[in-house]
Amino acid sequence: MSIELKQVSYTYMPKTPYEHKALDAVSFTLEEGSFTAIAGHTGSGKSTLVQHLNGLLHPENGQVLVDGTDLAASSKQGRKEAMAARNKVGMVFQYPEQQLFEETIAADIAFGPKNQGIEGKELEERIKESMELMGLAYDEFKDRSPFQLSGGQKRRVAIAGVLALHPKYLVLDEPTAGLDPLGREALIQTICKLHKKWKLTIVFVSHNMEDIARLADSVIIMNHGKMAIKAAPQEAFMQTELLQAAGLQEPAMLHLLHRLREAGIPVNDNAIELETGIKAIREALSDAE
Amino acid sequence: MSFIEFHDLTHCYNLGQKNEHRAIDGLDLSIEKGSFTAILGQNGSGKSTLAKHINGLLLPTSGICLVDGKDTRNLEELWQIRRQVGMVFQNPDNQLIAAVVEDDVAFGPENLGLEPQVIRAKVDEALKAVNMTKYKNFAPHLLSGGQKQRIAIAGALAMDTECLVLDEPTAMLDPQGRAEVLRTVRKLHEERGITIVYITHFMEEAAVADRVVLMDSGRAAADGTPREIFADVPGMKKRGLDVPLAAEVSWQLRRQGIKLPDGIITEDELVEALEAYTCQSN
Repeated sequence: MSIELKQVSYTYMPKTPYEHKALDAVSFTLEEGSFTAIAGHTGSGKSTLVQHLNGLLHPENGQVLVDGTDLAASSKQGRKEAMAARNKVGMVFQYPEQQLFEETIAADIAFGPKNQGIEGKELEERIKESMELMGLAYDEFKDRSPFQLSGGQKRRVAIAGVLALHPKYLVLDEPTAGLDPLGREALIQTICKLHKKWKLTIVFVSHNMEDIARLADSVIIMNHGKMAIKAAPQEAFMQTELLQAAGLQEPAMLHLLHRLREAGIPVNDNAIELETGIKAIREALSDAE
Repeated sequence: MSFIEFHDLTHCYNLGQKNEHRAIDGLDLSIEKGSFTAILGQNGSGKSTLAKHINGLLLPTSGICLVDGKDTRNLEELWQIRRQVGMVFQNPDNQLIAAVVEDDVAFGPENLGLEPQVIRAKVDEALKAVNMTKYKNFAPHLLSGGQKQRIAIAGALAMDTECLVLDEPTAMLDPQGRAEVLRTVRKLHEERGITIVYITHFMEEAAVADRVVLMDSGRAAADGTPREIFADVPGMKKRGLDVPLAAEVSWQLRRQGIKLPDGIITEDELVEALEAYTCQSN
């Protein structure tokens, strides 16, 4: 089971002066249970790409298959199957808290599942479960207005609304943008839990190389509508030139270690995280002594 | 000379209601003319509320906010204050209004009723200052986030603004866009002496300011140079904030017995210090 992209291309405003090819023959497979990051500069095609994963956009050429079902199928039966397949992919947009609209938190989370025909006891169960997953105590929060929460809490409500749809794949477009360091860390821990404990397959768009290195088992780097690389973060981040060409910065620790090497300090320059980086520097210093 | 002064400033949202929230709590703070002040703090610490007082988008519940000696509560002076203080917000898409870049920049001066050739000159000059002349006939929605933020800054410059208040201007941008915006802000500060108030969650950005004010629960919890503020690594973490990587690494190395000088906050300084360290030991 997987989400599979086969030679997907997409052009905005075709045959106009503003024609823009946003995706150019992109192919990859996201296996069930994986944790994949998508990185790239603004305009590299990231958001266009994620909108293909649940059929919000259909490819101009190529195919998107979710568990083998073509999301753009045109026959009557195919459309029905495509709809069911789209429901397997939950989508959390950038700044999802801007989409909250109901009077109470429970009602806001109920909106999606209700539209899928879920009601009564099961609906309540789903609301409860997704709120708990996002660390929002049901009894405390259900009747409160979503507009009186902090930014980080609002975002949790919005994500709970997607989880209540019981997706198998969860796509998050820059989930931590605009949060303070503490809020970011808490949300990252929650996403981790969704992956490890609830076995959700995660796809997230991020500019934060440290987060990508820490969380993802593979990273897709987009550059001008093409996939520049899909590899383990450790491996992808070593390719400094490729990163630069894609308008990305290497992780800060890696950058520091490269600078030290250039300055003639023989440091082992493949660490990304703080502890391993410091260890590498210490070792280089004691070698020098 | 101070350009912005808060005297015992308090701001409550939903005053007198059940959900009353005191976002700023008796703050005393003054910001010098021509300075570059970064404001740090957790979400909900009062940073944005503070920023919105500087050009009178919010008025104090009690206390005073003075800008260049003028009280924001005085309606007659408020328009003058708004000419002197330009705001740039987090979301670039929420602040551009025209269909063409140069029209957007011209919006402010047009509303002042200036002569067309004066407006032309101001717009050209402002676009040049943010290095966006090339894009003057573009539609804003075709620009990148960093470019949009620079257009928003140009809009303030065309009003001859003396002070820019930027509320997380880079939160929605990619690394390249972030670097563009920060570079532009620094240039305007250095070359034109524009007073900068810069709210951010990115510690590396705060490190280039000449002063850092740390907000916590509506008060200024700490106030000093970036060097002073970031030296307190455990204190910053305790407040739910971070420090620049170089500060953290040098702090950890010092703790492990490696003698490095105090006050390292940039990568350049750290590389230099480690170079010196290895030279000594050789």
